[in-house]
Amino acid sequence: MIVAQRKPFEELKSFIADKKKVLVVGCRGCVTVCNAGGTKEVGILASELRLDGQAAGRELTVDEYTLERQCDPEYIEELLELVEKKYDAILSMACSVGPQFITTRYKDENVYPALNTCFMGGAQQHGIWVERCQGCGNCVIHLFGGMCPISRCAKSLQNGPCGGSSDGVCEISKEVDCVWHLIATKMMETGKAETEFGPAQPIKDWSTSRDGGPRKIVREELVK
Amino acid sequence: MSREVRTKSNLEKVLASGQFAVTGELGPPPNASREEVVEKAKHLKGNVDSVNITDNQTAVVRMSSLAAALILQEQGTEANMQMVCRDRNRIAMQSDILGAAALGINNLLVLSGDHQKFGDHAQAKNVFDMDSVNLIRTIKMMRDERRLLSGRELPEGSEPRLFIGGAYNPFADPEDYRVLRAAKKVEAGVDFLQSQCIYDMPRFKKFIARAVDMGLTEKAYFMAGITPLKSLGMAKYMKNSVPGISVPDELIERMKGVPKEKQVDEGIKIACEQIEEMKNTKGVAGVHLMLIEWEHMVPRLVQEAKLGPSQRK
Repeated sequence: MIVAQRKPFEELKSFIADKKKVLVVGCRGCVTVCNAGGTKEVGILASELRLDGQAAGRELTVDEYTLERQCDPEYIEELLELVEKKYDAILSMACSVGPQFITTRYKDENVYPALNTCFMGGAQQHGIWVERCQGCGNCVIHLFGGMCPISRCAKSLQNGPCGGSSDGVCEISKEVDCVWHLIATKMMETGKAETEFGPAQPIKDWSTSRDGGPRKIVREELVK
Repeated sequence: MSREVRTKSNLEKVLASGQFAVTGELGPPPNASREEVVEKAKHLKGNVDSVNITDNQTAVVRMSSLAAALILQEQGTEANMQMVCRDRNRIAMQSDILGAAALGINNLLVLSGDHQKFGDHAQAKNVFDMDSVNLIRTIKMMRDERRLLSGRELPEGSEPRLFIGGAYNPFADPEDYRVLRAAKKVEAGVDFLQSQCIYDMPRFKKFIARAVDMGLTEKAYFMAGITPLKSLGMAKYMKNSVPGISVPDELIERMKGVPKEKQVDEGIKIACEQIEEMKNTKGVAGVHLMLIEWEHMVPRLVQEAKLGPSQRK
């Protein structure tokens, strides 16, 4: 899933400093799963903004709504009725795709991102999410014992580990596992280190990655 | 042991003749001062066979390695220009490789590069388009196959005739895998390899013995990295704070047993003992002296260790 986290409250407050009527829009997709922008988080943010407005003695209405998904025009359309109520600001609690889709559909609205979209990953345990993919567009994790050195190595090395790998952790932080330590250890344990894993990986073709420009997928059979 | 010489590199000539080679290291200044490079170069001239010029080491902005390498060469000492994978994509790398060769650089040593998190520009976007293994392959392809990565041919005589260097670290982890990673560099076509600073001699000897067994030291020259300890504080810092460096407790104890004002002498003495041992270790083709910001100690070290051009004559 896409993992995101809420922006600092002060930053969100600054978005609506001169606004009187605000709509907070959540998303039931990835950001609900990672506890960043679902119905519950929409409720929490709306309450915090109302309380803060009250404390400051200013007039502020905050409405709440959560869409099935914000990355699909079909669901964005659901906002039409609400948008007609004329909000001064819409805070989207989806990944950054959501506020972009809302802005595209409702061009006159002031739309702000309430989350920082961080990475594609999963929950290592409850409350801890880790990055696992960078969307390079050509998955080769099977060559690396099922682990992705593009997203998990600080240098995206194809032939690690570098000299900064020490005690299983990366040189950038003791909190970061050296994925190349894990890959190399697995290769040695499975007896592949000197055989099928022996030859160096070739230079990577990044043209399928973001380096090739913004990407688009067209599935003709699905296009009406 | 004598091997074929394929470039104009002085370092290659020394190594190929079977003599025990010695390289130094010079960190370019964090400014445009030509004088600072000239000053550091004075201590190295005549004492080493060639000098590594670091490429924005620890991700701190400095004069470019190519510029500092040329200043050094004007002073009469050959440069091992370093290039890291952190800051350049394949377009800039190949371009700089061609440019460096055209300007008279004979040795190019490649590294992954310290992550920018350590430096003074932690906000930078890193590149890592290719890693050091693939950069070695690329230089070799440009030199021996006269081709760029695009497949474009280089007319005969216009290819970069570079002696290709790389690094190896017997002290990083996982320990058993380190020699296999060095093997990838050898397979990629590296001509010489220099190690991280060695303090843990037993672990180094285990590594090099395995490299000899695998035939790696016949295909590339393995040089041993030496950095004399300046003080007990430095020994402790190296042990506890630098990832990928192993300092045995015996060395810490030995430095502890010496009064503070004698610790420099003790550090040099330890380095000389290590160098002597390296000369008698099968598979070690020379030593790489890393005395960054301590270049003035190089003349004393090479003299006491009986190393380098001045001692060979």
